[in-house]
Amino acid sequence: MAEPPILELRGLCRHFPVRGLLNRRIGTLRALDGVDLSVAAGEVLGIVGESGCGKSTLGKTIMGIHAPTEGEVHFEGNLVATPGHVRPPAVRARLQYVYQDPGASLDPNWRLRRSLHEPLVIHTNLPRAEREARIREIVAAVGLPDAHLELYPHEISGGQQRRVGLARILALGPKLVILDEPTSGLDVSVQASVLALFRDLRARFGLTYLFVSHDLAVVRAMCDRVAVMYLGRIVEIGPAAEVFAAPRHPYTKALLAAAPRIGGPRVTESFALQGEPPDPAHLPQGCRFRARCPLAAPACAAEPELDMTGAHGAACWRWREGME
Amino acid sequence: MSDILTVADLTLGFRTEAGPARVLDRVRLSVRPGEIVGLVGESGCGKTTLARAILGTLPAEATQVGGGRIELAGSDMLGPGGGRGVRGRAVTFIPQDPFASFNPLFRIGTQIMDLMRWNSPRRDPAVRTGWYSPARRRADRAAAIAMLEAVQLPQPARILRKYPHELSGGQRQRVMIAMALLPEPRLVIADEPTTALDVTVQAQILGLLRRLAVDRGVAVLFTTHDLGAAWEICDRVVVMYAGQTAEIAPREGFFAAPRHPYTHLLLRSLPEEGRDPVGIPGSVPSPLRPPPGCRFHPRCPRASQVCTEQAPPLLGEGHLTACHHPVGGALGDTLDG
Repeated sequence: MAEPPILELRGLCRHFPVRGLLNRRIGTLRALDGVDLSVAAGEVLGIVGESGCGKSTLGKTIMGIHAPTEGEVHFEGNLVATPGHVRPPAVRARLQYVYQDPGASLDPNWRLRRSLHEPLVIHTNLPRAEREARIREIVAAVGLPDAHLELYPHEISGGQQRRVGLARILALGPKLVILDEPTSGLDVSVQASVLALFRDLRARFGLTYLFVSHDLAVVRAMCDRVAVMYLGRIVEIGPAAEVFAAPRHPYTKALLAAAPRIGGPRVTESFALQGEPPDPAHLPQGCRFRARCPLAAPACAAEPELDMTGAHGAACWRWREGME
Repeated sequence: MSDILTVADLTLGFRTEAGPARVLDRVRLSVRPGEIVGLVGESGCGKTTLARAILGTLPAEATQVGGGRIELAGSDMLGPGGGRGVRGRAVTFIPQDPFASFNPLFRIGTQIMDLMRWNSPRRDPAVRTGWYSPARRRADRAAAIAMLEAVQLPQPARILRKYPHELSGGQRQRVMIAMALLPEPRLVIADEPTTALDVTVQAQILGLLRRLAVDRGVAVLFTTHDLGAAWEICDRVVVMYAGQTAEIAPREGFFAAPRHPYTHLLLRSLPEEGRDPVGIPGSVPSPLRPPPGCRFHPRCPRASQVCTEQAPPLLGEGHLTACHHPVGGALGDTLDG
């Protein structure tokens, strides 16, 4: 990679205190535990994992909603988050976060025009006419007619609200957009058009996406690279096509095996992985996947690091044996 | 063998302030004993309304039945006192969100025994009082523990002493499955039971549900919007669109050669390697003003004049389709015919 990465995480940790009686600290929930990651400009990086694996915390820590407990976040070459660091406000416009339903963040008492002007009023000194021109351009880009600017959120459909929410995020010209479960709760027929919209906007505005999702099929369709998370750590990372075709970490293998494949054999009859992820407040020693792993061996009592070959790496002591 | 559940030309709606909402329109459905039927459709297609109509739990004052019948285990669920003695015994229910269905203030064991007091297969249905003999209580408790073991919960006696919040999502759904099977029903209605779960837990739960249903010969009506889950568990698939039955087909035929254009588009909307998902333009019509004729015609690439005038009948042998212009060949077949 000749160009410097747009986003770089170094040993990022986010721990939450677990409090008991009288607000006494009785433990630590390690939602993120030493994540290193770099994202190149223009790529779509998928973050997958089950609930509780820390994928949303990762997005929120990059965004600055949570302060990191340890480690650093670098964005466009500048340090933006580390413990005790105050984020420069200019970063907020260039780094945006899309919630599951961006339409839900519209004020029901405001016309859409006002909602769309708001981020520009806060972050820029543009005169009204220029702001208006800018939002008209973006509203057209998300596929809505100008006339909608006069309406209130309840007068348009849920799908249109979602588009307005996206327009609002794009109005500031962000470089990196974190999409947090953008398709969960959508019907497949709607999901397809939402994904097409994301692709279209990325090409038009030169965006970089961090695509957080638990839906493997969607990640496969959208992403250039995938990082698989398990209990606060990245256990596998690599080009999407490679990870899906030849997963290395036993957890990735299980995750892929669990997804139903229409036309294939029933996975419910052969699915082997037992149990559920352990409580992140009581992590097992060594490899976090050890208790559920079919390949667990004594060596797994030590925590594995990401073992990279080229762009593809897995944090597992035993994956090389499986390859032979 | 005769069907355990028959829904014949059910037309049903709700009175609303904006006028009558016609939610179900001549819906047909049947479930044979021991069969797993998937009821597939997107949000707003009426699948949950249908499930609740079968259970007889729709609000009576707002519901208008326009015609048709629901026959479950030989009793008419729409008749006077419909479903009494059937609901909770011959037919049970697995909800989408098991957490919302438990009372957070009572232990799991209390809630299971409460169910068994009234709906245990060992209870004499002639006795109308809540008398719970110690002998029956012991037998029911043993059955509950055996069932919790069957749903692969470790240490069932300890589970009985826990509160719902102490269990994980997957464990709660296992307890729900156990509770649905304890009355030894002939039909279980599962309303999107795995939507809230992670994919590895979903695979476990679907496998469990299928195994238990097959072993015990219990029929399952499984509503879902997830075609992948339907592929995993079903023997037969029923597709609904905007309150109408679009297609009924055995699982293999359904996925390999769907005939209804809606089913076709739905399958092509799934993200898959090597092609972009297409989606379906437009949106599901409001039940307040459903389009005349086939309700899919405003979004259908094959629609013609007849589709706007006449609702197509559900035709076919084994693989039934309600369409004036069904798709002939395999999935690659063009829709613009």
